[in-house]
Parts: sequence; structure tokens; C-alpha cells
Amino acid sequence: MPAPIRLRELIRTIRTARTQAEEREMIQKECAAIRSSFREEDNTYRCRNVAKLLYMHMLGYPAHFGQLECFKLIASQKFTDKRIGYLGAMLLLDERQDVHLLMTNCIKNDLNHSTQFVQGLALCTLGCMGSSEMCRDLAGEVEKLLKTSNSYLRKKAALCAVHVIRKVPELMEMFLPATKNLLNEKNHGVLHTSVVLLTEMCERSPDMLAHFRKNEKLVPQLVRILKNLIMSGYSPEHDVSGISDPFLQVRILRLLRILGRNDDDSSEAMNDILAQVATNTETSKNVGNAILYETVLTIMDIKSESGLRVLAINILGRFLLNNDKNIRYVALTSLLKTVQTDHNAVQRHRSTIVDCLKDLDVSIKRRAMELSFALVNGNNIRGMMKELLYFLDSCEPEFKADCASGIFLAAEKYAPSKRWHIDTIMRVLTTAGSYVRDDAVPNLIQLITNSVEMHAYTVQRLYKAILGDYSQQPLVQVAAWCIGEYGDLLVSGQCEEEEPIQVTEDEVLDILESVLISNMSTSVTRGYALTAIMKLSTRFTCTVNRIKKVVSIYGSSIDVELQQRAVEYNALFKKYDHMRSALLERMPVMEKVTTNGPTEIVQTNGETEPAPLETKPPPSGPQPTSQANDLLDLLGGNDITPVIPTAPTSKPSSAGGELLDLLGDINLTGAPAAAPAPASVPQISQPPFLLDGLSSQPLFNDIAAGIPSITAYSKNGLKIEFTFERSNTNPSVTVITIQASNSTELDMTDFVFQAAVPKTFQLQLLSPSSSIVPAFNTGTITQVIKVLNPQKQQLRMRIKLTYNHKGSAMQDLAEVNNFPPQSWQ
Amino acid sequence: KEKKKITRELVQTVLARKPKMCSFLEWRDLKIVYKRYASLYFCCAIEDQDNELITLEIIHRYVELLDKYFGSVCELDIIFNFEKAYFILDEFLLGGEVQETSKKNVLKAIEQADLLQESQNEEWGGSSEDIL
Repeated sequence: MPAPIRLRELIRTIRTARTQAEEREMIQKECAAIRSSFREEDNTYRCRNVAKLLYMHMLGYPAHFGQLECFKLIASQKFTDKRIGYLGAMLLLDERQDVHLLMTNCIKNDLNHSTQFVQGLALCTLGCMGSSEMCRDLAGEVEKLLKTSNSYLRKKAALCAVHVIRKVPELMEMFLPATKNLLNEKNHGVLHTSVVLLTEMCERSPDMLAHFRKNEKLVPQLVRILKNLIMSGYSPEHDVSGISDPFLQVRILRLLRILGRNDDDSSEAMNDILAQVATNTETSKNVGNAILYETVLTIMDIKSESGLRVLAINILGRFLLNNDKNIRYVALTSLLKTVQTDHNAVQRHRSTIVDCLKDLDVSIKRRAMELSFALVNGNNIRGMMKELLYFLDSCEPEFKADCASGIFLAAEKYAPSKRWHIDTIMRVLTTAGSYVRDDAVPNLIQLITNSVEMHAYTVQRLYKAILGDYSQQPLVQVAAWCIGEYGDLLVSGQCEEEEPIQVTEDEVLDILESVLISNMSTSVTRGYALTAIMKLSTRFTCTVNRIKKVVSIYGSSIDVELQQRAVEYNALFKKYDHMRSALLERMPVMEKVTTNGPTEIVQTNGETEPAPLETKPPPSGPQPTSQANDLLDLLGGNDITPVIPTAPTSKPSSAGGELLDLLGDINLTGAPAAAPAPASVPQISQPPFLLDGLSSQPLFNDIAAGIPSITAYSKNGLKIEFTFERSNTNPSVTVITIQASNSTELDMTDFVFQAAVPKTFQLQLLSPSSSIVPAFNTGTITQVIKVLNPQKQQLRMRIKLTYNHKGSAMQDLAEVNNFPPQSWQ
Repeated sequence: KEKKKITRELVQTVLARKPKMCSFLEWRDLKIVYKRYASLYFCCAIEDQDNELITLEIIHRYVELLDKYFGSVCELDIIFNFEKAYFILDEFLLGGEVQETSKKNVLKAIEQADLLQESQNEEWGGSSEDIL
């Protein structure tokens, strides 16, 4: 039999094929030849055949019949055979094949081979595709090689050990002794792989981590190595664009990150070197920036001092201005991770971030958008919204839904005025109306009902919007609902905010009927339109007959939902006409359970079982002090405050969903809705951090030095002082300890202290020490308040005091405005 | 088969990238870092916590190694000597991690392994060129 054709020959031949079919034919022919060659147990050319098979495998053709041949090659004495054999094993075999026994034996033998290159092949193969059984069997051999003095083998053994640990974590212990002197190596290959091994061990096992921190004093060692790398002169062997061994530097920085995380001592020990790397690394090339990037990640993750953190954020800020889009991308990603903890520092770079919205790259735009939403606050809302709306206009469709949801959320939280809010909503509905999420519609409607003075303006704008184009379903739904509710305002031309338009009842009905008929309207939209038309029967005067006609037509609609509505409305006209005006009257303003534009002190039906709210429009604006009973019940009423944005508008859809959950079931058809009764929460459902250290003292280990205490209240002999503590671990939490003292000659009994804060804060009141304030300042009542202030807004508080004194019940309300800046900044 | 699907999907995604776009993209739960050299794309999949920028350097280092080994490497070199490309990769990376940060050492190891192969083949008759 002639010698099988050479590998290169085959490659050349296959490349001449002009069609898929031609190529397949060649491949099949060659495979047949190879198969017969295998059958003949041809030792000489086996490696050639397997090599050819590997090429064909790379092209996508099946090559499983060569798997066994790989073993024969591996078992051969020839180095060429072994090379191809191991390569074949790595390419053709994976853990699923039942080859463990065969492989294990081969590898075991070769791990002990006299030639280091053969040992290297074995280590490489085991490290790439070793199954857990193989790893278990061969771990001992690997461990042995980890201790050899041959650096070529040592570095491979280290990475092989990493693979073993990944596959069989229980074996980690056995490699521990071998790691003792790994970092004393001069050889960078061994150093690098050792750092990888140590990283893997520390990441997987907290015990290992603690061990390496304390017993091995890993941090000083790493700091020393890193320092040498930076300070040493030019080393041609490891130099990349003027930086010495960047790969090793990055790996060390990563290990330092893991060691410094949540550990004050380690973090302190690495502070200097991190600052050094951050300031001295060349930034002109990608490699320098790669190191800076890793440094920034490390600084942000460990317990670094604030100066270092600011340095890190500024590096990211510089990245944002870099011409290289990769750098900008990386910067935006990192800023997104840190915007929660270092909000103010990131704010400084807001304008650069907003500019990134105009970038050409999709990934950059997405990140810039997420970051922009995270940075929106009460101060920058107008400017930011302009940019975001412009972005919504021009961005790719895949962004529009998220952007719209984010805009709604931001507008709701920070709208400077109702009109601005409505305008913004309108803008979103008209520019990206079809991308608005379905759950936004009920939210928007609820918002509109609450802006009582804007009803005329709103309905007018909505009417104008759908006149031209009624294809965007969410827009049409909102518009239909509003027209149904406020159609009377529309035709009476009452708008104050802008030039009122002249609309007749017929014109209004025209548009609603067009919506009903249009093919573009979904079933839901049609439902809205029909109901709207029905509602207008009580608000319009001249066109009731027309409405009756429309409604009766749809009594035989194919759409079941529509038909049912029409039939019921028909019944309203015929049998229940006397009830019609009552049933269809104006919707009550719905209880607003989440933030409502400007931060206001919330008043709700707080303390006891809430009554149904149809008859009572909720107060808007700061309450007069006579409404003493409506103070927020903090211990029970916190279902009302907004969910703390720990995952900010990077998940706008879920935030929208939460809003909806809080609003409960809003029944939007016909009859006036029973506004959702806020459940009286029997137990505090606070985010866990506020419950930390509930009963133990001290509450925080780090008392921010010298925040001045204030006298919050002093009247009629009762004095209440506030002292403050801030936590370093969570700068948004302020702990206030109140002390109530009594300078009169009689005790104050049944003393109850209550407090309320503006919407953007969260409050937790712990139990007081007692309910009696003894006379003559002989004792005090202490009570602890924890305030969460994620947006670092100025702290304000309303307090209510009730107690019995000199035989009569006393009660007072006061506002505390003299909080020192250090307590909330 | 799974591999084929993955390859096809990735190739499509990467080739769809325009030149102005950044070198990273998200794919399933991994990050893909790619770099283009003439008509070839070198792609690397990394995990969420890995540093993208240093991965670009790793890709570049590998291309430099190929360049040094083949002497001004071109696409055909890699096609016709794919097994050597793998051998070089196996001296540079192991189990997904960098094993040797010195260019010199990687090339030295390959050289020596090649020499070993040569000398053995001469013993048994014929050079390695003949064997494959």
C-alpha cells in the first residue's frame, strides 16, 4: 500500500475544492484511506494520519474513529508520535468519553518520563482536559512535580494543580505544603503560575485565605515582588512597551484584591504600593492601562482609604476621555459597579458619561445609559433628562424599552414640577411609544390622575398626539383613558397651561371610533377606547345617542372582551340608566404609594387598619400640623417608601414591576376603583443592614469623629438632644441617639417619641429605654433611630411627642432642621 | 455538534462587528475579546471577573510568538502548520492561564522540543518533514 499522502499535501488539495460538495468528497475519500491505514496498524504513518484527521476535524468533519489511535500514539516512544497523540487527545476527546483508564495510565507514565518535554506534554494534557477521576488519580504525581527544581516543569505543574483543584476542590489541601516557597522563585514563569495557584486556592476556600493572610504573610511578599517589578530597570526578557512583565503585575494585583477584601490589615499593607502603581504606570499604551484597570478594581474592592478611592475613580474618569474605545468601555463598566458606593465621586464625571451616549459602539452606549440613570438626581434632572430624551430619540430599538422605563422611573423620582413630569411622559410616549412596556400604562394613568390641576393640559396634549397617529399602543391607551375621564375638560377648552384648542364632542368621538376600528389597535387598546366612549356619555351633552349607537354595535363584536363590555354598557343604558352617571363619574385620585415628584413628607393613613380610600383624596404637600394623626407610622408603614435602589435603573423593568406590586390591583375599567389599601405591616420589613446590631452595642465600630450633637427640641421643660454616629462601612446610614430629659418638678409618663422623614429616606426606630422621663433631669430616656440616606440629601425630620404631665395629656409636633452637615453628607 | 454550533454562532457575531466598535462583546455568560490582524480574527473567551485589557495583550503576545517562530507569519503559515501553532499555544497557555511570561523562554522551549523531534526522527530515518 503506498504511503498515505502528506498532511500539507492534503491541506493543499482540500483548499482547491471550489464547492462544499467537492470538499466533502475529498474528505470522505481521505477518511476511507485513513481508516484502512488504521486497520492495518501502520505504525510509521499513524501520526501523519491522525494529523490529517485533526485538520479535517477542525474543518468540522467527524473524526471520532481516530480517538483510539491517539492512545497508540501517546504510548509510542517517538516524540513526534506523542506530540500528535496528545494534541489529538486534547482536540478529539473530552470528559464525556470513557477514556479515563487509558489516559490515566499513559499520562502517569509520561509524568515520570526522563525527558522534560514529554513530561510537559503530559502535564499540559492533564491540565487542559483532565476529568475529575483522572485528576484524583494523578494529583499525587502533579504534587511531586510541583516541588521539583526544574522551573520548566514547576510552572506547568502549578497550572495543572489549578485544574485539579477546579475539578476536585477537596484535593486543595494536598498542594498546600508545596506552595510554601513558590514565591521565592526568580523565574517569572513559575512566579506567575504560582500566583495563579494561590489565587485559586484563596478564592475557593476562606480557610486557605485566612491561612495565607496570617501564617504565610502573603501580602508583604507580594508587595515586595510588585515593587521590584516596578522599580527595577529595563528587563528585555519581560518588557512590554516599557513595562516590566505586565502579566505578572496584573495577576499579583488580582491576588492582592482577594487578600485585601474585607480585611483592614491587609488593605493597609497594600495601600502604598497601589498608590504607587496607580500614579507611576505609563498610560500611553494598552498594556499600561490594563495594569491601571486591575489596580482600580483592586482599590475599589478592598478597604482602601478614601484618598485612594478618589484616585481610582479619577483614573476611570481619565479612561473615559481616552480615544481608545476599549478603554472607555472598561471605564464605564467599572464606574457602573462603583456608582453605588462612591456616588459623589462618579457624579463629577457625569458630563463625560453623558457624552458617551453619543458613541457609535453599542456596548458603550448601553453602559453609558445605565450609568446615566444611576447618576440622575434631583439637582441634575432637567439637564440629564434632555440628554436622555435625545438619546431615546436616536438610539437603537433594542435600547428603547429600557430607556423609556428608566426615564419614567427617574422622572417619577425627581420631577421638579408636575407639568415637567407630564411633558416628559408625553415626549416618551410620542417618540418611543411602541417600545414602552405594558406595565408603564397603569403607572402613567395613576400619575395623571394625581396631577389634578394638570388634567386639562394633559388631555389636550394627549388628544393632539393621537390625532396625527394612533398606532403606538401605549400612547393610545393612555390617551383613550384620559379622554374618557376628562373629555369634558377637553371640549370646554379650559386649558391654562397652553393655548386651548377647539374640539367638538363629535371630533373626540371620531378619534375614539377610529381607534376602535383601526387594524393597528390591539384588543386591549380597543377595550380602553370603548370604555372611554362609554364614560363620555356622562360627560358629553350632545352626543349621547351617538355613543349609544357605537356601544350597541360592539355588542356583537367578534372579540369576546369587547363584546362583553359593549353588552354591559348597553345594559347600563337600558336598564340601569339611573345609575349610569354615578357609576361613570370621575375617578377619585388614587392613593399614591410611591414617590410623587418633589420630595415631600409623606402622609398616609398610617397607623391603624387603613380604611378604603375612595372618599378621601390623599393630601399632597406638607401637612398642616393639625393633621397630627397622619404622621407616618415608621414601625409599620414602611411598605410605602420606595425600594432602596440597590440595583438601580440598570434593571428598569423590574423596578417598574415593583411599582406595580406596591400599587396592587388597580381596576381600571368602569367602576371607581378601590384604591389599594396599604397592608398594615405587622413587623418591620427592613433591608437586613438596618437590622444589624439591633440589640448589641456599640452599633458601629467607627464613630465618625466629632459630629456635633444638636438640641432638636426644647419646650415646656422637655429637652430632646440628638447625637450622631456614622458608619464607615455604610456611609448612607446615620445613627441618631435621642436623649429626652425633663427639667420640671414632675415626671413625664407614657412618653412616646415618633418621627417622620422625607420620602427619599428610610427610618428605623428602635425601642426606647423607658417611657418615663424623670423630673429634675435625674435621668433620660434614650432611643435609637437609624436613618438611611442613600442620596445624601439634607436631613430633615418631623417629630411628634406625646406624654402625660401634671395630670394632663400633652402632645406636640415639631420640625427638626438643624442637623449638622456631617450627619448626612 | 455543540462545538459546531458554538463556532458558527461566535463567528457570525464577531464578523458582524464594525471596525469602529470596541473589542469586547458579551456572549452567553462569557466575555469575548477579539483582535483583528489583517484577515484573521483572534478570539478569546474570558470569564466575568477577568481583565479584558490584559487579554488583549495575551492575544498580542501569542501573535508575536507566532511571528517570531515562523518569521513574519501570515495566514497560510498557520493553516499549513496548524499543529505547530497548537504546540506554541501549549507552551504559552495551559488550562486557560499564562504559563510563561517571557517570550524568549517560550520560543526556546519550542525550539528545543523541535530539535528533540528532529534528532529522534533522524535516528529512525527521515526528517520530521517527511513524517507528517
